[in-house]
Amino acid sequence: MSLTVNHLIGIKDVTTEDIHLIFEHAKHFKEVLNRPIKKVPSLRDVAIANIFFENSTRTKLSFELAQKRLSADVISFSAAQSSVKKGETLIDTVNNILAMKVDMVVMRHSSPGAAAFLAKHTKTTVINAGDGAHEHPTQALLDAFSMQEKLGDLTGKKVVIVGDILHSRVALSNIFCLQKLGAKVKVCGPNSLIPKHIQSLGVEVEPNLMKALAWCDVANMLRVQNERMDVSYFPSTREYIMQYGLDAQMLEQLDKDILIMHPGPINRGVEITSEVADGKHSIILEQVENGVAVRMAVIYLLASKLIK
Amino acid sequence: MSSKTLLTSLEVDIILHRLACQLVEKHLDFSETKIIGLQPRGTKLAERLVKILQEEHQITSIQWGALDITFFRDDFRRNEKPLEANRTQINFLVENQRVIFIDDVLYTGRSINAALAAIQSFGRPKEVELLVLIDRRFSRHLPIQPDYRGRQVDVINNEKVKVCWKEYDGEDGVYLI
Repeated sequence: MSLTVNHLIGIKDVTTEDIHLIFEHAKHFKEVLNRPIKKVPSLRDVAIANIFFENSTRTKLSFELAQKRLSADVISFSAAQSSVKKGETLIDTVNNILAMKVDMVVMRHSSPGAAAFLAKHTKTTVINAGDGAHEHPTQALLDAFSMQEKLGDLTGKKVVIVGDILHSRVALSNIFCLQKLGAKVKVCGPNSLIPKHIQSLGVEVEPNLMKALAWCDVANMLRVQNERMDVSYFPSTREYIMQYGLDAQMLEQLDKDILIMHPGPINRGVEITSEVADGKHSIILEQVENGVAVRMAVIYLLASKLIK
Repeated sequence: MSSKTLLTSLEVDIILHRLACQLVEKHLDFSETKIIGLQPRGTKLAERLVKILQEEHQITSIQWGALDITFFRDDFRRNEKPLEANRTQINFLVENQRVIFIDDVLYTGRSINAALAAIQSFGRPKEVELLVLIDRRFSRHLPIQPDYRGRQVDVINNEKVKVCWKEYDGEDGVYLI
């Protein structure tokens, strides 16, 4: 079996079978990451460029590590230290890199549609590492993989995504991915941070955090994306914390254990307290560990379509 | 498509018992030897041999595992046909141990070559041996030969050797298809 897509631009484009295929391979790669020598030689003749026009810790390191574990040659490029500062366009930047015979590009950009644009105008395989507030497909895949690891088949499972949904590419990709796996999704957050027509995606809005937690099996907490806000979406951070911040007392009031997730970076004390982030319900660090395995699976499966 | 029986279930049984005896002769109580079945079909043979060693030779503490070689194959990106990986499960150390690879059919030798590369991710074995049920003569692409063989056969290129097990296929047998 192989993927139905030649690029990974968004979860919107992949099928449920693609997601299961990625998860199967991610399990195998997770076992590889527990060996004394955590490398496989499969991609030793493949060169991959990581082009990050926005800041990143987790995603960039996770992709680099995944690529190196597959024995690929990796070059990383961050916009801050490049000729983009001198006004070079996206297409020119990438074509220059591709002229050096790079097989695959992993790109993060602040404009929605940048990855699709790249896939359309260049001959390389493109993996979207986040395009503006549009999609972040590998994050959604590792989130769903982490949930499945703990809860089994996600059909019928209830997931609430809490926080700044409006500016979140993680939220959108998660919604698409979880729905393709049969899960039920709700969103919870200040009205000003919930997109107007979110119901058209088959997602209900639950404005009350305690009710949302009582309903769900998993709560995926999002950071307030200050860097994408041009105006104030809520009166103050303190008010946000009072209504939508998660603390340990809330979890104790529930009559069941739920999983707590967060894509990172965490604003400790804002959307989530340290006690919860480091507590027994949290699988935040497992998400990071699974991220390398899931990215290895995506890169491996896309590379296997590049027949010599 | 015509199919010819290479080994009946009785012949398979006799051969497995003979192979088990050969293993015991060399490895005695298996205290320094580990058995590794190569996924996907070598593990079924390994399972059978381990059962014979445990039940009929009383080697109860034998350690065995499964190794998948998909990510070490030399034909990645050279085939239109996509590759499917299986589980690797090796819950013991191979460092300085004798390792026996077990596979059902030895053909070109490329799987074994991949297995030799793959096992190094787990440590440096003292010695590696190969046991196969069927050795396809004159088909090797690499200088690899088995240490223990069930039956050597002459098979032309476009024919396939299929090994059936009673646990999975209803009856033991080896067929040419």
